[in-house]
Amino acid sequence: MTDKPKYPAPVGNPETAHFWDAAKQGKFLIKRCTACGEPHYFPRSICPVCFSDQTVWEESKGEGVIYSYSLMRKSATGPYAIGYVTLDEGPSLLTNFVDCDLATLKIGQRVKVVFKPTDGAPLPFFTPV
Amino acid sequence: MTLSIKGKAYIAGIYEHPTRHAPDKSTAQLHAECARGALEDAGLTKADVDGYFCAGDAPGGVMPMADYLGLKLRHLDSTETGGCSYIVALGHAAEAIAAGKCSVALITLAGKPRTGPMPPRAFGPEVDFETAYGATTHNAYGMCAMRHMHEFGTTSEQLAWVKVAASHHAQYNPHAMLRDVVTVEDVLNSPMISDPLHRLDCCVVSDGGGALVVTTPEIAKSLKRPLVRMTGHGESLKGPNGGRKLDLTYSAGVWSGPPAFAEAGVTPKDIKYASIYDSFTITVVVQLEDLGFCAKGEGGKFVADGNLISGVGKLPWNTDGGGLCNNHPINRGGITKIIEAVRQLRGEAHPKVQVPNCDLALVHGTGGLLGVRHAASTAVLERV
Repeated sequence: MTDKPKYPAPVGNPETAHFWDAAKQGKFLIKRCTACGEPHYFPRSICPVCFSDQTVWEESKGEGVIYSYSLMRKSATGPYAIGYVTLDEGPSLLTNFVDCDLATLKIGQRVKVVFKPTDGAPLPFFTPV
Repeated sequence: MTLSIKGKAYIAGIYEHPTRHAPDKSTAQLHAECARGALEDAGLTKADVDGYFCAGDAPGGVMPMADYLGLKLRHLDSTETGGCSYIVALGHAAEAIAAGKCSVALITLAGKPRTGPMPPRAFGPEVDFETAYGATTHNAYGMCAMRHMHEFGTTSEQLAWVKVAASHHAQYNPHAMLRDVVTVEDVLNSPMISDPLHRLDCCVVSDGGGALVVTTPEIAKSLKRPLVRMTGHGESLKGPNGGRKLDLTYSAGVWSGPPAFAEAGVTPKDIKYASIYDSFTITVVVQLEDLGFCAKGEGGKFVADGNLISGVGKLPWNTDGGGLCNNHPINRGGITKIIEAVRQLRGEAHPKVQVPNCDLALVHGTGGLLGVRHAASTAVLERV
Protein backbone atom coordinates (compact mmCIF):
# COMPACT_ATOMS: atom_id res chain seq x y z
CA MET A 1 0.00 0.00 0.00
CA THR A 2 1.36 3.40 -0.96
CA ASP A 3 1.21 6.07 1.70
CA LYS A 4 -0.65 9.09 0.43
CA PRO A 5 0.69 12.37 1.83
CA LYS A 6 -1.30 13.06 4.99
CA TYR A 7 -0.51 16.75 5.17
CA PRO A 8 -1.51 19.78 3.06
CA ALA A 9 1.11 21.20 0.73
CA PRO A 10 2.44 24.63 1.70
CA VAL A 11 1.08 27.34 -0.57
CA GLY A 12 4.26 29.42 -0.36
CA ASN A 13 4.87 33.02 -1.36
CA PRO A 14 7.84 35.11 -2.50
CA GLU A 15 8.86 35.84 1.09
CA THR A 16 9.08 32.17 2.11
CA ALA A 17 9.90 30.39 -1.18
CA HIS A 18 13.55 29.89 -0.18
CA PHE A 19 12.48 28.09 3.01
CA TRP A 20 10.44 25.55 1.03
CA ASP A 21 13.15 25.12 -1.64
CA ALA A 22 15.61 24.28 1.16
CA ALA A 23 13.09 21.92 2.76
CA LYS A 24 13.06 19.96 -0.51
CA GLN A 25 16.83 19.51 0.02
CA GLY A 26 16.23 18.32 3.58
CA LYS A 27 17.47 21.58 5.08
CA PHE A 28 15.63 23.34 7.91
CA LEU A 29 16.08 27.10 7.82
CA ILE A 30 15.44 29.88 10.29
CA LYS A 31 15.93 33.59 9.84
CA ARG A 32 18.45 35.78 11.66
CA CYS A 33 18.64 39.56 11.70
CA THR A 34 22.16 40.86 11.08
CA ALA A 35 21.23 44.24 12.57
CA CYS A 36 20.16 43.06 16.05
CA GLY A 37 21.54 39.52 15.89
CA GLU A 38 18.25 37.88 16.90
CA PRO A 39 16.96 34.71 15.22
CA HIS A 40 13.24 34.19 14.57
CA TYR A 41 10.74 31.68 13.18
CA PHE A 42 8.54 31.52 11.10
CA PRO A 43 10.59 33.51 8.62
CA ARG A 44 9.89 37.18 7.87
CA SER A 45 11.78 39.54 5.56
CA ILE A 46 11.53 42.35 8.14
CA CYS A 47 12.88 41.46 11.60
CA PRO A 48 9.99 41.19 14.11
CA VAL A 49 12.37 42.34 16.88
CA CYS A 50 14.05 45.49 15.51
CA PHE A 51 12.18 45.97 12.21
CA SER A 52 15.39 45.94 10.17
CA ASP A 53 15.28 44.52 6.65
CA GLN A 54 18.73 42.95 7.14
CA THR A 55 17.48 39.40 7.72
CA VAL A 56 19.35 36.37 6.37
CA TRP A 57 18.59 32.67 6.08
CA GLU A 58 20.47 30.35 8.40
CA GLU A 59 20.46 26.56 8.48
CA SER A 60 19.28 25.26 11.84
CA LYS A 61 20.60 22.04 13.32
CA GLY A 62 16.93 21.18 13.64
CA GLU A 63 17.32 20.10 17.25
CA GLY A 64 15.77 21.34 20.44
CA VAL A 65 13.56 20.47 23.40
CA ILE A 66 9.81 20.11 23.87
CA TYR A 67 8.47 23.29 25.53
CA SER A 68 4.91 21.97 25.86
CA TYR A 69 2.55 19.58 24.11
CA SER A 70 -0.98 18.22 24.14
CA LEU A 71 -2.15 14.87 22.89
CA MET A 72 -5.42 15.20 20.99
CA ARG A 73 -7.08 11.87 21.70
CA LYS A 74 -9.45 11.84 18.70
CA SER A 75 -9.58 13.54 15.32
CA ALA A 76 -10.65 12.73 11.76
CA THR A 77 -7.09 11.51 11.13
CA GLY A 78 -6.60 9.84 14.49
CA PRO A 79 -4.74 10.94 17.62
CA TYR A 80 -1.96 13.51 17.21
CA ALA A 81 0.38 15.44 19.47
CA ILE A 82 0.76 19.17 18.93
CA GLY A 83 3.46 21.08 20.75
CA TYR A 84 6.15 23.71 20.78
CA VAL A 85 9.83 22.96 20.29
CA THR A 86 12.46 25.44 21.46
CA LEU A 87 15.31 25.15 18.98
CA ASP A 88 18.91 25.16 20.22
CA GLU A 89 19.33 28.40 18.24
CA GLY A 90 16.60 30.04 20.38
CA PRO A 91 13.28 30.36 18.56
CA SER A 92 10.31 28.21 19.52
CA LEU A 93 7.93 26.84 16.92
CA LEU A 94 4.60 25.05 16.67
CA THR A 95 4.78 21.47 15.36
CA ASN A 96 3.53 17.91 15.73
CA PHE A 97 5.52 15.05 17.23
CA VAL A 98 5.71 11.98 14.99
CA ASP A 99 7.32 8.54 14.61
CA CYS A 100 7.14 7.77 18.34
CA ASP A 101 4.87 6.55 21.12
CA LEU A 102 2.85 9.72 21.71
CA ALA A 103 2.04 8.62 25.27
CA THR A 104 5.71 8.92 26.29
CA LEU A 105 6.28 12.58 25.31
CA LYS A 106 7.70 14.80 28.07
CA ILE A 107 8.37 18.50 28.46
CA GLY A 108 12.14 19.02 28.17
CA GLN A 109 12.63 15.95 25.96
CA ARG A 110 15.17 16.38 23.14
CA VAL A 111 13.75 16.20 19.64
CA LYS A 112 14.97 16.69 16.07
CA VAL A 113 13.38 17.76 12.82
CA VAL A 114 12.03 15.21 10.36
CA PHE A 115 10.42 16.19 7.06
CA LYS A 116 7.16 14.60 5.96
CA PRO A 117 6.00 14.57 2.34
CA THR A 118 3.09 16.54 0.93
CA ASP A 119 1.99 17.01 -2.67
CA GLY A 120 4.37 19.99 -2.70
CA ALA A 121 7.33 20.88 -0.45
CA PRO A 122 7.79 18.66 2.62
CA LEU A 123 6.74 19.91 6.06
CA PRO A 124 8.94 19.95 9.17
CA PHE A 125 7.86 17.77 12.10
CA PHE A 126 9.78 16.68 15.18
CA THR A 127 10.62 13.31 16.66
CA PRO A 128 12.44 12.28 19.85
CA VAL A 129 16.26 12.02 19.45
CA MET B 1 -5.75 66.18 31.95
CA THR B 2 -5.50 62.65 30.60
CA LEU B 3 -8.32 61.63 28.30
CA SER B 4 -10.34 58.78 29.72
CA ILE B 5 -13.59 56.89 29.21
CA LYS B 6 -14.12 56.83 32.98
CA GLY B 7 -17.75 57.52 33.76
CA LYS B 8 -18.49 58.65 30.21
CA ALA B 9 -20.34 55.58 28.94
CA TYR B 10 -23.22 53.67 30.53
CA ILE B 11 -24.43 50.17 29.70
CA ALA B 12 -28.14 50.86 29.43
CA GLY B 13 -29.38 47.68 27.76
CA ILE B 14 -28.46 43.99 27.90
CA TYR B 15 -29.97 40.87 26.34
CA GLU B 16 -28.92 37.25 26.37
CA HIS B 17 -30.92 35.20 23.89
CA PRO B 18 -32.66 32.36 25.76
CA THR B 19 -32.06 29.85 22.98
CA ARG B 20 -29.21 27.37 23.12
CA HIS B 21 -30.24 25.53 19.95
CA ALA B 22 -31.70 27.43 17.01
CA PRO B 23 -31.93 25.25 13.87
CA ASP B 24 -35.04 27.18 12.81
CA LYS B 25 -33.45 30.63 12.79
CA SER B 26 -30.83 32.39 10.66
CA THR B 27 -27.71 33.86 12.23
CA ALA B 28 -28.65 37.37 11.10
CA GLN B 29 -32.10 36.85 12.63
CA LEU B 30 -30.50 35.96 15.97
CA HIS B 31 -28.43 39.17 15.81
CA ALA B 32 -31.64 41.13 15.18
CA GLU B 33 -33.55 39.41 17.99
CA CYS B 34 -30.69 40.20 20.38
CA ALA B 35 -30.59 43.83 19.21
CA ARG B 36 -34.34 44.17 19.81
CA GLY B 37 -33.99 42.60 23.23
CA ALA B 38 -31.21 44.93 24.36
CA LEU B 39 -32.96 48.05 23.05
CA GLU B 40 -36.21 47.02 24.76
CA ASP B 41 -34.29 46.40 28.00
CA ALA B 42 -32.83 49.92 27.77
CA GLY B 43 -36.14 51.55 26.83
CA LEU B 44 -34.72 52.78 23.53
CA THR B 45 -35.63 52.10 19.90
CA LYS B 46 -33.73 51.26 16.74
CA ALA B 47 -34.09 54.87 15.62
CA ASP B 48 -32.00 55.96 18.62
CA VAL B 49 -29.01 53.83 17.53
CA ASP B 50 -26.25 55.80 15.79
CA GLY B 51 -23.27 53.51 16.43
CA TYR B 52 -22.98 49.79 15.61
CA PHE B 53 -20.28 47.35 16.69
CA CYS B 54 -19.98 43.74 15.53
CA ALA B 55 -17.21 41.18 14.96
CA GLY B 56 -16.35 38.08 12.95
CA ASP B 57 -19.62 36.30 13.78
CA ALA B 58 -21.71 38.92 11.95
CA PRO B 59 -22.66 37.43 8.56
CA GLY B 60 -20.78 39.37 5.88
CA GLY B 61 -19.38 41.87 8.36
CA VAL B 62 -20.55 45.27 9.52
CA MET B 63 -21.96 46.61 6.24
CA PRO B 64 -24.46 43.85 5.39
CA MET B 65 -25.42 43.45 9.05
CA ALA B 66 -26.05 47.17 9.65
CA ASP B 67 -28.11 47.28 6.46
CA TYR B 68 -30.03 44.11 7.40
CA LEU B 69 -30.87 45.64 10.78
CA GLY B 70 -31.97 48.86 9.09
CA LEU B 71 -29.62 51.08 11.07
CA LYS B 72 -28.77 54.68 10.24
CA LEU B 73 -25.28 55.21 11.60
CA ARG B 74 -22.54 57.74 12.14
CA HIS B 75 -20.08 55.30 13.73
CA LEU B 76 -19.14 51.73 12.72
CA ASP B 77 -16.60 49.29 14.17
CA SER B 78 -15.91 45.64 13.37
CA THR B 79 -12.73 44.90 15.31
CA GLU B 80 -12.31 41.12 15.35
CA THR B 81 -10.52 39.64 18.35
CA GLY B 82 -12.35 36.32 18.69
CA GLY B 83 -14.33 35.69 21.86
CA CYS B 84 -13.28 38.93 23.55
CA SER B 85 -14.37 41.08 20.57
CA TYR B 86 -17.40 42.31 22.53
CA ILE B 87 -15.33 43.48 25.51
CA VAL B 88 -13.07 45.27 23.03
CA ALA B 89 -16.21 46.68 21.39
CA LEU B 90 -17.44 47.89 24.79
CA GLY B 91 -14.25 49.92 25.16
CA HIS B 92 -14.41 51.22 21.60
CA ALA B 93 -18.06 52.17 22.08
CA ALA B 94 -17.15 54.08 25.24
CA GLU B 95 -14.37 55.89 23.37
CA ALA B 96 -16.73 56.81 20.55
CA ILE B 97 -19.37 58.04 23.01
CA ALA B 98 -16.79 60.03 25.01
CA ALA B 99 -15.59 61.63 21.77
CA GLY B 100 -19.11 62.47 20.67
CA LYS B 101 -18.93 60.17 17.63
CA CYS B 102 -22.16 58.40 18.61
CA SER B 103 -24.65 58.55 21.46
CA VAL B 104 -26.36 55.14 21.39
CA ALA B 105 -24.05 52.25 20.51
CA LEU B 106 -25.40 48.79 19.73
CA ILE B 107 -23.15 45.71 20.05
CA THR B 108 -24.40 42.32 18.81
CA LEU B 109 -23.17 38.72 18.72
CA ALA B 110 -24.91 35.60 17.45
CA GLY B 111 -24.20 32.25 15.83
CA LYS B 112 -25.18 28.61 15.53
CA PRO B 113 -22.20 26.28 16.03
CA ARG B 114 -24.49 23.67 17.61
CA THR B 115 -26.65 23.48 14.50
CA GLY B 116 -23.97 23.59 11.82
CA PRO B 117 -20.24 23.91 11.22
CA MET B 118 -18.34 27.00 12.31
CA PRO B 119 -17.42 29.48 9.57
CA PRO B 120 -13.85 28.73 8.39
CA ARG B 121 -11.13 30.51 10.33
CA ALA B 122 -9.21 33.16 8.40
CA PHE B 123 -5.48 32.53 8.13
CA GLY B 124 -2.64 34.99 8.28
CA PRO B 125 1.01 34.93 7.24
CA GLU B 126 1.60 31.96 9.58
CA VAL B 127 -0.58 29.67 7.45
CA ASP B 128 2.10 27.39 5.94
CA PHE B 129 3.99 27.20 9.24
CA GLU B 130 1.12 26.32 11.55
CA THR B 131 -2.05 25.09 9.85
CA ALA B 132 -0.86 21.54 9.13
CA TYR B 133 -0.22 20.97 12.83
CA GLY B 134 -3.89 21.09 13.70
CA ALA B 135 -4.12 23.69 16.44
CA THR B 136 -7.66 23.61 17.83
CA THR B 137 -9.09 25.25 20.89
CA HIS B 138 -8.74 22.03 22.89
CA ASN B 139 -5.08 21.32 22.21
CA ALA B 140 -3.97 24.97 22.17
CA TYR B 141 -5.38 25.46 25.67
CA GLY B 142 -4.14 21.99 26.56
CA MET B 143 -0.56 23.10 25.85
CA CYS B 144 -1.03 26.05 28.22
CA ALA B 145 -2.37 23.79 30.95
CA MET B 146 0.46 21.29 30.44
CA ARG B 147 3.12 23.98 30.83
CA HIS B 148 1.31 25.57 33.80
CA MET B 149 1.30 22.20 35.55
CA HIS B 150 4.98 21.66 34.68
CA GLU B 151 6.14 25.02 36.03
CA PHE B 152 3.85 25.53 39.00
CA GLY B 153 2.54 22.12 39.99
CA THR B 154 -1.03 23.04 39.08
CA THR B 155 -3.23 19.94 39.23
CA SER B 156 -6.24 18.60 37.33
CA GLU B 157 -8.12 18.65 40.65
CA GLN B 158 -7.52 22.40 40.94
CA LEU B 159 -8.67 23.02 37.37
CA ALA B 160 -11.77 20.94 38.07
CA TRP B 161 -12.81 23.35 40.84
CA VAL B 162 -13.45 25.99 38.16
CA LYS B 163 -16.05 23.72 36.55
CA VAL B 164 -17.50 22.80 39.94
CA ALA B 165 -18.04 26.51 40.72
CA ALA B 166 -19.67 27.12 37.33
CA SER B 167 -22.03 24.20 37.88
CA HIS B 168 -23.03 25.47 41.33
CA HIS B 169 -24.15 28.72 39.69
CA ALA B 170 -25.76 27.11 36.63
CA GLN B 171 -28.18 25.08 38.76
CA TYR B 172 -30.13 28.32 39.34
CA ASN B 173 -30.18 29.41 35.68
CA PRO B 174 -33.21 27.95 33.87
CA HIS B 175 -31.60 28.70 30.49
CA ALA B 176 -28.25 27.01 31.25
CA MET B 177 -27.31 24.08 29.02
CA LEU B 178 -25.83 22.10 31.92
CA ARG B 179 -27.67 22.53 35.23
CA ASP B 180 -26.42 19.51 37.17
CA VAL B 181 -23.97 20.26 39.96
CA VAL B 182 -20.75 18.33 39.33
CA THR B 183 -17.89 17.30 41.61
CA VAL B 184 -14.13 17.35 41.13
CA GLU B 185 -14.34 13.58 40.60
CA ASP B 186 -16.94 14.02 37.87
CA VAL B 187 -14.53 16.30 35.99
CA LEU B 188 -11.56 13.96 36.44
CA ASN B 189 -13.64 10.96 35.36
CA SER B 190 -14.88 12.60 32.17
CA PRO B 191 -13.07 11.52 28.99
CA MET B 192 -9.68 13.06 28.21
CA ILE B 193 -10.08 15.30 25.16
CA SER B 194 -6.62 16.79 24.73
CA ASP B 195 -4.16 16.29 27.57
CA PRO B 196 -4.52 17.43 30.28
CA LEU B 197 -8.03 18.76 29.58
CA HIS B 198 -11.03 16.52 30.20
CA ARG B 199 -14.42 16.96 28.58
CA LEU B 200 -15.72 18.80 31.63
CA ASP B 201 -12.75 21.20 31.50
CA CYS B 202 -14.26 22.44 28.22
CA CYS B 203 -17.10 24.93 27.73
CA VAL B 204 -20.40 24.09 26.07
CA VAL B 205 -21.18 24.60 22.39
CA SER B 206 -24.38 26.59 22.02
CA ASP B 207 -26.41 28.46 19.44
CA GLY B 208 -27.60 31.88 20.49
CA GLY B 209 -26.33 35.37 21.01
CA GLY B 210 -26.43 38.55 23.00
CA ALA B 211 -26.47 42.32 22.64
CA LEU B 212 -25.59 45.47 24.54
CA VAL B 213 -26.65 49.09 24.35
CA VAL B 214 -24.05 51.62 25.49
CA THR B 215 -24.93 55.29 25.80
CA THR B 216 -24.11 58.70 27.24
CA PRO B 217 -24.59 59.59 30.93
CA GLU B 218 -27.39 61.99 29.97
CA ILE B 219 -29.38 59.44 27.98
CA ALA B 220 -28.79 56.68 30.57
CA LYS B 221 -30.11 58.92 33.34
CA SER B 222 -33.26 59.65 31.29
CA LEU B 223 -34.09 55.92 31.18
CA LYS B 224 -35.71 53.76 33.84
CA ARG B 225 -32.99 51.16 34.35
CA PRO B 226 -30.40 50.97 37.18
CA LEU B 227 -27.28 52.93 36.22
CA VAL B 228 -24.17 50.95 35.32
CA ARG B 229 -21.18 52.75 33.89
CA MET B 230 -17.72 51.94 32.63
CA THR B 231 -14.77 53.19 34.61
CA GLY B 232 -11.85 51.43 32.96
CA HIS B 233 -10.92 49.44 29.87
CA GLY B 234 -7.90 47.75 28.35
CA GLU B 235 -7.05 45.53 25.41
CA SER B 236 -3.97 43.82 24.04
CA LEU B 237 -2.74 40.76 22.18
CA LYS B 238 -0.02 38.14 22.39
CA GLY B 239 1.34 35.60 19.92
CA PRO B 240 4.39 33.42 19.33
CA ASN B 241 6.17 36.63 18.31
CA GLY B 242 8.66 35.05 15.96
CA GLY B 243 9.21 32.24 18.46
CA ARG B 244 11.02 34.53 20.86
CA LYS B 245 10.76 34.07 24.63
CA LEU B 246 7.79 31.74 24.30
CA ASP B 247 5.90 31.58 27.59
CA LEU B 248 2.46 29.96 27.59
CA THR B 249 1.94 30.53 31.31
CA TYR B 250 0.71 34.09 30.87
CA SER B 251 -1.70 35.81 28.50
CA ALA B 252 -2.29 39.25 27.03
CA GLY B 253 -4.31 39.84 30.21
CA VAL B 254 -1.06 41.05 31.81
CA TRP B 255 -1.29 44.02 29.43
CA SER B 256 -5.07 44.55 29.19
CA GLY B 257 -5.72 44.36 32.95
CA PRO B 258 -3.40 47.00 34.49
CA PRO B 259 -4.56 49.92 32.31
CA ALA B 260 -8.20 49.03 33.00
CA PHE B 261 -7.61 48.95 36.78
CA ALA B 262 -5.55 52.15 36.61
CA GLU B 263 -8.17 54.02 34.60
CA ALA B 264 -10.86 52.93 37.06
CA GLY B 265 -8.62 53.77 40.02
CA VAL B 266 -9.25 50.39 41.67
CA THR B 267 -7.32 47.19 42.38
CA PRO B 268 -8.33 43.51 42.17
CA LYS B 269 -8.99 43.58 45.94
CA ASP B 270 -11.82 46.08 45.41
CA ILE B 271 -13.72 43.87 42.90
CA LYS B 272 -16.99 42.45 44.29
CA TYR B 273 -17.84 40.25 41.31
CA ALA B 274 -15.78 39.01 38.33
CA SER B 275 -16.90 37.72 34.94
CA ILE B 276 -13.84 35.95 33.52
CA TYR B 277 -14.02 34.04 30.25
CA ASP B 278 -14.04 30.31 30.88
CA SER B 279 -13.49 28.77 27.47
CA PHE B 280 -11.63 26.11 29.45
CA THR B 281 -10.89 25.76 33.14
CA ILE B 282 -7.21 26.66 32.55
CA THR B 283 -8.27 29.95 30.93
CA VAL B 284 -9.71 31.15 34.24
CA VAL B 285 -6.67 30.11 36.27
CA VAL B 286 -4.27 31.96 33.96
CA GLN B 287 -6.47 35.08 33.79
CA LEU B 288 -6.86 35.33 37.57
CA GLU B 289 -3.08 35.36 37.87
CA ASP B 290 -2.58 37.79 34.98
CA LEU B 291 -5.15 40.23 36.40
CA GLY B 292 -3.49 40.21 39.82
CA PHE B 293 -6.12 38.34 41.86
CA CYS B 294 -3.24 36.08 42.92
CA ALA B 295 0.45 35.66 42.14
CA LYS B 296 1.63 33.90 38.96
CA GLY B 297 1.49 30.17 39.56
CA GLU B 298 -0.98 30.45 42.46
CA GLY B 299 -4.13 30.32 40.32
CA GLY B 300 -4.71 26.63 40.95
CA LYS B 301 -4.72 27.16 44.70
CA PHE B 302 -6.87 30.29 44.30
CA VAL B 303 -9.74 28.49 42.52
CA ALA B 304 -9.70 25.40 44.75
CA ASP B 305 -12.23 24.59 47.47
CA GLY B 306 -15.05 26.66 46.02
CA ASN B 307 -13.33 30.04 46.16
CA LEU B 308 -15.20 31.15 42.99
CA ILE B 309 -18.66 30.12 44.25
CA SER B 310 -20.96 33.03 45.10
CA GLY B 311 -21.75 33.06 48.83
CA VAL B 312 -18.98 30.55 49.54
CA GLY B 313 -15.68 31.85 48.21
CA LYS B 314 -13.82 35.14 48.17
CA LEU B 315 -14.39 35.95 44.49
CA PRO B 316 -17.92 35.38 43.16
CA TRP B 317 -17.41 34.58 39.49
CA ASN B 318 -19.53 33.79 36.39
CA THR B 319 -22.74 33.50 38.38
CA ASP B 320 -24.79 32.64 35.27
CA GLY B 321 -22.87 29.37 34.97
CA GLY B 322 -20.45 30.83 32.43
CA GLY B 323 -19.36 29.20 29.22
CA LEU B 324 -18.61 26.00 31.08
CA CYS B 325 -22.29 25.38 31.94
CA ASN B 326 -24.63 28.12 30.73
CA ASN B 327 -23.97 29.48 27.27
CA HIS B 328 -21.16 29.98 24.77
CA PRO B 329 -22.85 31.36 21.65
CA ILE B 330 -20.79 30.93 18.46
CA ASN B 331 -17.91 29.77 20.68
CA ARG B 332 -17.41 33.35 21.86
CA GLY B 333 -17.86 34.08 25.53
CA GLY B 334 -17.24 37.82 25.72
CA ILE B 335 -20.74 39.23 25.57
CA THR B 336 -22.31 36.90 28.12
CA LYS B 337 -19.56 37.94 30.56
CA ILE B 338 -20.59 41.59 30.26
CA ILE B 339 -24.29 40.72 30.54
CA GLU B 340 -23.94 38.80 33.82
CA ALA B 341 -21.73 41.55 35.29
CA VAL B 342 -24.43 44.12 34.49
CA ARG B 343 -27.08 41.85 36.06
CA GLN B 344 -24.97 41.69 39.22
CA LEU B 345 -24.48 45.46 39.34
CA ARG B 346 -28.22 46.03 38.80
CA GLY B 347 -29.07 43.51 41.49
CA GLU B 348 -30.85 41.40 38.85
CA ALA B 349 -28.82 38.19 39.12
CA HIS B 350 -30.56 35.11 40.48
CA PRO B 351 -31.16 35.64 44.24
CA LYS B 352 -29.17 32.48 45.03
CA VAL B 353 -26.05 33.92 43.36
CA GLN B 354 -26.59 37.70 43.68
CA VAL B 355 -23.61 39.35 45.40
CA PRO B 356 -24.89 41.65 48.20
CA ASN B 357 -24.34 45.34 47.47
CA CYS B 358 -22.48 44.58 44.26
CA ASP B 359 -21.24 47.99 43.15
CA LEU B 360 -17.96 47.13 41.39
CA ALA B 361 -17.43 44.38 38.83
CA LEU B 362 -14.70 43.19 36.51
CA VAL B 363 -15.22 41.75 33.03
CA HIS B 364 -12.35 40.02 31.28
CA GLY B 365 -11.96 37.76 28.30
CA THR B 366 -9.55 36.32 25.79
CA GLY B 367 -10.13 35.58 22.13
CA GLY B 368 -8.39 33.36 19.62
CA LEU B 369 -6.16 30.53 20.85
CA LEU B 370 -4.48 31.09 24.21
CA GLY B 371 -1.66 28.74 23.25
CA VAL B 372 -1.01 30.28 19.85
CA ARG B 373 -2.13 33.89 19.27
CA HIS B 374 -4.89 35.61 21.19
CA ALA B 375 -6.26 38.96 22.29
CA ALA B 376 -7.45 39.94 25.75
CA SER B 377 -9.71 42.69 26.98
CA THR B 378 -10.63 43.93 30.44
CA ALA B 379 -13.38 46.28 31.60
CA VAL B 380 -14.23 47.67 35.02
CA LEU B 381 -17.90 48.50 35.60
CA GLU B 382 -19.60 50.23 38.53
CA ARG B 383 -23.12 50.85 39.72
CA VAL B 384 -23.84 54.52 40.15
